[in-house]
Amino acid sequence: MKLIYFAWVRERVGKAEEELDLPAEVRTVRDLLVWLKGQGDGYEAALEHPEAIRVAINQEHSRHDEPLAGAREIALFPPMTGG
Amino acid sequence: MTARIEVRIQTEDFDLSAEVSALLAGLSDTGAVVTFSGLCRSEDGALAALELEHYPGMAETEIRRIADEAAARWPVTALCAIHRVGRIAPGENIVLVIASSTHRQAAFDAAAFLMDFLKSRAPFWKKEHLRDGSEGGWVDAKESDEEALRRWS
Repeated sequence: MKLIYFAWVRERVGKAEEELDLPAEVRTVRDLLVWLKGQGDGYEAALEHPEAIRVAINQEHSRHDEPLAGAREIALFPPMTGG
Repeated sequence: MTARIEVRIQTEDFDLSAEVSALLAGLSDTGAVVTFSGLCRSEDGALAALELEHYPGMAETEIRRIADEAAARWPVTALCAIHRVGRIAPGENIVLVIASSTHRQAAFDAAAFLMDFLKSRAPFWKKEHLRDGSEGGWVDAKESDEEALRRWS
């Protein structure tokens, strides 16, 4: 699975993107955030408050209860501050 | 009638008057044009620059989706959104929204709608660089921006 990170999520994780094999029990966005948080200090810092993280699956905004099935690219980022 | 929709993300500055002329070329039933420009503030002289990051691909798609929704809600003749990325100094342009219609109210409403959703739904992030050389950190999202969306539901 391709994961992409932006803004302070990218800085805390320490990389802009990566390919990861997700365990079978990671089925929803929320599962992914909880699992990823346990993958090391950078992830722990980035996902300290998982409920605050915004997620896009295949470049579309997704809720935390949505399934990951069909995902090719998952992006994690803070609330947006454009404009 | 299908509205003309233009969405661009670019590092270079834009010229408001040139963009309005280009967008409206040939749209002879347009009687009203509303433009909104967002500029980088100096924050009382403390800010050296903002650094704008975006999600390439999704940013364009998301703004276009918001523009399509605006065009479905109001009888606009054209909509344009240009968002700059990269390093932007105080006083410089960050974003431009243009909405045109036959009569003014649709243009006012569509421009405000597009801008409100762009701020909270288009994947852009601002980081501050301060004049003393330090990083000011990432700009926090404001609850008032989320509240601004509720008036449209």
